[in-house]
Amino acid sequence: MNLTAHTRFSGCGAKLGPGVLEKALCGLSQPAYPDLLADFSGSEDAGLFRIGPDAALVQTVDFFPPIVDDPRLFGRIAAANALSDLYAMGARPITALALVCHPLRELGIEPLRAMMEGGLEALVEAGCALLGGHSIEDPEPKLGYAVTGIVDPARAWRNNTLVPGGALILTKPIGTGLVNMALRAGCASPEAMAASHTAMGTLNRAAAEVLARFQVMACTDVTGFGLAGHAAEMAGGGCCGLTLFPDRVPLLPGVGDYAAMGLVPEGTYRNREGRRHCLRGELSPLELDLVFDPQTSGGLLAAVPESVAGEVLSALHEAGVEAWNIGATGGEPGTIQIARP
Amino acid sequence: MNATHRTLDARGLACPEPVILTRKALAEGGFETLEVVVDNDAARENVLKFAEFSRCPVARVEAAEGVFRLWLATAGAPAPAPEVPSPASAGGAVVLVATEAIGRGDDELGRLLMRGFLFALTECEPPPLRVILMNGGVKLAVEGAESLVNLRRLADAGVEILACGTCLEFFGLKASLAVGRVSNMYEIAGHLLQGPAVTLS
Repeated sequence: MNLTAHTRFSGCGAKLGPGVLEKALCGLSQPAYPDLLADFSGSEDAGLFRIGPDAALVQTVDFFPPIVDDPRLFGRIAAANALSDLYAMGARPITALALVCHPLRELGIEPLRAMMEGGLEALVEAGCALLGGHSIEDPEPKLGYAVTGIVDPARAWRNNTLVPGGALILTKPIGTGLVNMALRAGCASPEAMAASHTAMGTLNRAAAEVLARFQVMACTDVTGFGLAGHAAEMAGGGCCGLTLFPDRVPLLPGVGDYAAMGLVPEGTYRNREGRRHCLRGELSPLELDLVFDPQTSGGLLAAVPESVAGEVLSALHEAGVEAWNIGATGGEPGTIQIARP
Repeated sequence: MNATHRTLDARGLACPEPVILTRKALAEGGFETLEVVVDNDAARENVLKFAEFSRCPVARVEAAEGVFRLWLATAGAPAPAPEVPSPASAGGAVVLVATEAIGRGDDELGRLLMRGFLFALTECEPPPLRVILMNGGVKLAVEGAESLVNLRRLADAGVEILACGTCLEFFGLKASLAVGRVSNMYEIAGHLLQGPAVTLS
C-alpha cells in the first residue's frame, strides 16, 4: 500500500496560502446573528456559536490527501489534526462527521476500511462521537473530519489575544512537511519517519488539559501555515507582537538535511511569501524553510505568563507531553522579532 | 543539442519530483551541462538548493514567462550521488548479510556457518568496507547475539556496520542494536551500487 503515490500535495501542505485566502474572503460578510461569536472573518482556528449562557458550539473542518502510506495511521492523523483546532480553543470535542474522497477502483475497499478504523480510534481516544459522514469517488484520496466541541465562550482560548510578559510554549517538534517530502523522494530515514508519525498521530488532548490548569493568554495549533505563519496570526491581534527564539525550536530528526537537499514543500514557499513581512531580524534560508514548513497535526502553540512558564513545562512533561519554551510575547503588534538569547 | 548537454524538462511536476529527476540525471552523468526546466518558484528554489547541496555549480538561471531554465555545470564525469554522509574510505567490498543463517538445508548448520564466516571476515586482509545487515541479519548485531563479538571486532577495525532500520523495527529490536548504526534503504541502495558487493542470504 502506497497511499502517498496517489497525491500531488500532502497533508496540510495542500492548504491554500494565507494570502490567497485573505483575498478570496476579503469583504465577504453575513448578517450579525446575535449568537454568532466568531466566524471566518477572524483568524480563529474554529467558529464559535452560543447555544446557552455558558456554552458555545465550536466547529471546524479539516481534510487533506494522505501524508503517510499506512491507511490506518493516515486515518488517525486526519482525526488528530481535525480535533486539534478544538483543543487549541480549549474546547471539549463532542461529535464528528467524516469527509472521504476515495479512488475505489484503484485502491479497493480495504484501505478505506483501515483509514476509518484509524480515525475512529483517535476519536474514541478523544471521547468524541462519530455521527456519520459523506464519501465521494475521487482520483485522489482525501480524508478529514468536521468536528464539534463545547466551550464556555468566556473561557475559550483565542489565537490572537497576546499580552506582553508571556512565554510561548510549543508541544510538538517541527518538520512533518519536510519528512513527508523526503518520504516521497525515497530518502526519509526510519528515525525521521518514526518521530514524525508519532508526532502527527498524537492527540493534543493531554497538552490542552494541562494548559487548562493555568492561565492561557492565547493558543493556536501549528498546521498548514507553519510555525511562523501561525505565530504571525497570534501576533496579529493588535495588542502586541512576539519574539521567536529560532535556536530553541525543536526539530524532527534529519529535517535540516532534507531542507538543504531542496526537499522543501511548495507550501513552505507560499507560507513564506504570505508572512515574511511580519518577520523582524535575521533568519538563515535554512531556518526560513523550517519555520514556514507546513505541519500536519502539529502541536499547540500557547502563550502563558512568563512567571509560570517553568511550571507549565514541568506539568506538560509530567503528563507525557513534549514541550519547549520557544519565544516570548511583546513588541510591535503584527510582528515576529527574531532573537538569539 | 550535443552530447555534452542534456535538457531535463520538469515542467508540470510537483515537488519533490524535479529534485528527484535532477539527482538521477547528475548521478548518471555523461554531460557537461544539465539544463533543468521548471515552471514554478518552489521547483526553481528546490533544484538550486539541491545543486548547492551536491556542490554542482549553477552556470546561469534564465526566467521567461513563468519558465525557469537552470544551467547546472558538471565536469563531464558522473557526479557522486549526494547522500547521507558516511565515513567512505577507498576500495573494499560491501558485504550484505540478509539472513541469520547461511544457505538452505539446516538452520542450525546455517547459524554455525554464519558465526564462522563473520569470524573469518575479521581475519581477512583487506577487511571489507562495510557490512550491511538486513532482514534476519540484523539479529546478529543485537545484545546477546553470538556473532556480536566478531561484528564488534570488525567495527573496531574500521568496518562500517549498518543495520536496516525497518528490519530492526519489524523484529522489535530497535533498542537492542549493540554495534554499528541504523541505516535506511536509500543509503543501503547507494552503497550496494557503488562497488563490489557480496550477498549472503
